[in-house]
Amino acid sequence: MVNTVYSVNITARNTHIIPFDFEYYEPRSLDEALELLSKYREQAKILAGGTDLLVKMKTRLVEPRVVINIKKIPGLRYIVEEGNYVKIGALTTLRDIERSGIIQKHTPALHDAVKLMGSIQVRNMATLVGNLCNASPAADTAPPLLVHNARVVALSKRGRRVIPLEEFFKGPGLTTLEPDEIVVEVLIEKATRGSSAFSKISRVAVDLAIASAAVQAEIDVNGVVESAKIAVGSVAPRPLRLKLLEEKIRNLRVGSSELKEVLGVIDSEISPITDVRSTAEYRRHVVKVLVWDTLERVYRRIRRGV
Amino acid sequence: MVKVSFRVNGELIELDVSPRELLINTLRDRLKLTSVKYGCGIGECGACTVLVNGEPVLACLTLTVDIDGKEVTTVEGLSRNSLTSVQEAFIEEGAIQCGYCTPGFVIMAEYLLREVPNPTITDIREYLKGNLCRCTGYVNIFRAVLKAAKYRVNK
Repeated sequence: MVNTVYSVNITARNTHIIPFDFEYYEPRSLDEALELLSKYREQAKILAGGTDLLVKMKTRLVEPRVVINIKKIPGLRYIVEEGNYVKIGALTTLRDIERSGIIQKHTPALHDAVKLMGSIQVRNMATLVGNLCNASPAADTAPPLLVHNARVVALSKRGRRVIPLEEFFKGPGLTTLEPDEIVVEVLIEKATRGSSAFSKISRVAVDLAIASAAVQAEIDVNGVVESAKIAVGSVAPRPLRLKLLEEKIRNLRVGSSELKEVLGVIDSEISPITDVRSTAEYRRHVVKVLVWDTLERVYRRIRRGV
Repeated sequence: MVKVSFRVNGELIELDVSPRELLINTLRDRLKLTSVKYGCGIGECGACTVLVNGEPVLACLTLTVDIDGKEVTTVEGLSRNSLTSVQEAFIEEGAIQCGYCTPGFVIMAEYLLREVPNPTITDIREYLKGNLCRCTGYVNIFRAVLKAAKYRVNK
């Protein structure tokens, strides 16, 4: 599923084949992979699920000289709880996440998101870490992970780096990852109070989002927001936390007219574009509706004790 | 060239492949398994769906080198001498118009019924949402899957 934010008319391309040769490696350990990455750097691309990379290679959006398939590296496919964290390995697929009780319990917003992503076939192939590294502004896993304070663990021969997800995305297709680094794990903070949810709107069931929103919030019995983290997708060059709105929304009641009014500040935080999926104007409107609805869903989950 | 060996519909295959060769082309052009259809080539239509180790995978977005040591099932390998319940139900319900998307739908329907023997319409929609039928014959397809589920339970 390629993102036309890269503005290439993919229908004009021959997608029967990959139209160029490349050197291909299947490292059997992380050390081997890091060695290859430090040698080839920008010339290398990492292959995991392939649902983004191979589409981009077919359409010549990227033409790597070297492809490093990391699927033969043991021990990278897991979802585990450790203390206050949930850890997800680099080869964990979206389908693994969808089926995980740990994710459903501790990061409901991420569970919502993967259920809405692509087809079963794509979810079965695509990885969470691949979705993040592809850095699409429409990556559905990004807003839920942003509101759950996720961090990515990057390795290189130079050492280990833990990058807050907020500092990970730079722009469409761009991350702050160094050319010799590989993301091996996503670290998610368990929310001790409150709950979370994710919503998106797209043209058809299997499509990238026109806009999306994730909310993690603590809301009291009267529906008053004690604190909220809010993130949105497809309305800026990168997935975004709405810090201004998060401030203004404190102590307001879910569903109230005061809340409706402060949603206006979203306009100053986003910068949507017009593309094949939607106009910028519609994105500005619908993202507010999504935030409103997602807050209500979080409140309902809290009341049900989810 | 890389040496790969894998099973296709139970048969052991050994081939020299270029790393850039895609599974869809290996299956269609070299092994003549033409049930695997090229639709969009970018992972959106489901026409090239095959089972790899029992899980649905898009053959147009899979490198053949990556299949080394694995087991691939196409429509040709679903059943040796007779039709499967899914195939029978597709014929009876007329769940085929031009037929181009049908192999992908049959593979996904088989997979669905292995995972969810008694699917609801919601389950069917969810499992088949990655398969596009440009004749828009979805109603008959959903009916066929419901019927196939009954056949399987009674078998």
